[in-house]
Amino acid sequence: MDRIPILRMGQFLIVSIQVDMHDRLALTLQADLAARISQTGAHGVLLDISSLEVVDSFIGRMISNIAGTSRVLDAETVVVGIQPAVAITLVELGLSLPGVRTALNIEKGMAMLREATAGFEEADAAGRNSLSECDDDSAAL
Amino acid sequence: MTVLRCETMPVRSQQDVVAVRQSVRSFAVAQGLSLVDQTKIVTAASELARNTLDHGGGGTARLEAVSDNGRTGVRLTFEDRGPGIADIARAMTDGFTTGSGLGLGLGGAKRLSNDFDLWSRTGEGTRVTITRWK
Ligand SMILES: Nc1ncnc2c1ncn2[C@@H]1O[C@H](COP(=O)(O)OP(=O)(O)OP(=O)(O)O)[C@@H](O)[C@H]1O
Ligand SMILES: [Mg+2]
Repeated sequence: MDRIPILRMGQFLIVSIQVDMHDRLALTLQADLAARISQTGAHGVLLDISSLEVVDSFIGRMISNIAGTSRVLDAETVVVGIQPAVAITLVELGLSLPGVRTALNIEKGMAMLREATAGFEEADAAGRNSLSECDDDSAAL
Repeated sequence: MTVLRCETMPVRSQQDVVAVRQSVRSFAVAQGLSLVDQTKIVTAASELARNTLDHGGGGTARLEAVSDNGRTGVRLTFEDRGPGIADIARAMTDGFTTGSGLGLGLGGAKRLSNDFDLWSRTGEGTRVTITRWK
């Protein structure tokens, strides 16, 4: 496999890593995700790593980079499904994934994303309202 | 110390690093290590194999199922004939890197193992041996 699939669901992108990735594959995913966020204007990324049995410093760095790049592109990232043994090992390795939001499972992760991006929806709604007010004004004139 | 089983694998490509992770996992399972201990030694192996490839220019990984005074474990040796490490104490320090990494590999591999031994000489190469006991 030379690419991890990225699925789109509304304003969110969903990635589920199902293979033991070699380093280049991880770098490709990082670049693909950044490109997809900017193409789609997605406001959230859900990264499911429940199938990963190992997260070493390289994959840990990839996860941090994805969260950092997404933020710069105006999208929130939530990492879901970290296995307990992986979490214990990550901390001992010295990686605490600063700035990365995590949730226990996909359902909780989606809820977290919806909450984190609710502001975007309000902003969009506000944008529509002011637009219709303008329409009203012009109609009144 | 008795070696019950051993296997030597090449570490010359990123795919080899993946193969080392998978073989270390099966050694750890066969030796009866707990899931957390399996994860620790596989993660340490991943760090050391990547160092062998990226810093040492490639080399080998030797996997051994060992037993000593009734306890069993997995011992791993990563060896290369690369440039060696000029300042070992500095290389072991978290955050020190001569590349683009986080500088967590060596220190992390030591914390994730029960025994850790590093030999290196400039111009000759590097050898790291770790053991995780059941
Ligand atoms: N096999 C090796 N041959 C030569 N130098 C090495 C070897 N292993 C480690 N080093 C040196 O030790 C430094 C620290 O290694 P360490 O694994 O801790 O961090 P890193 O590989 O730079 O980054 P990270 O592992 O976090 O991605 C390396 O930057 C490198 O200079
Ligand atoms: Mg390293």
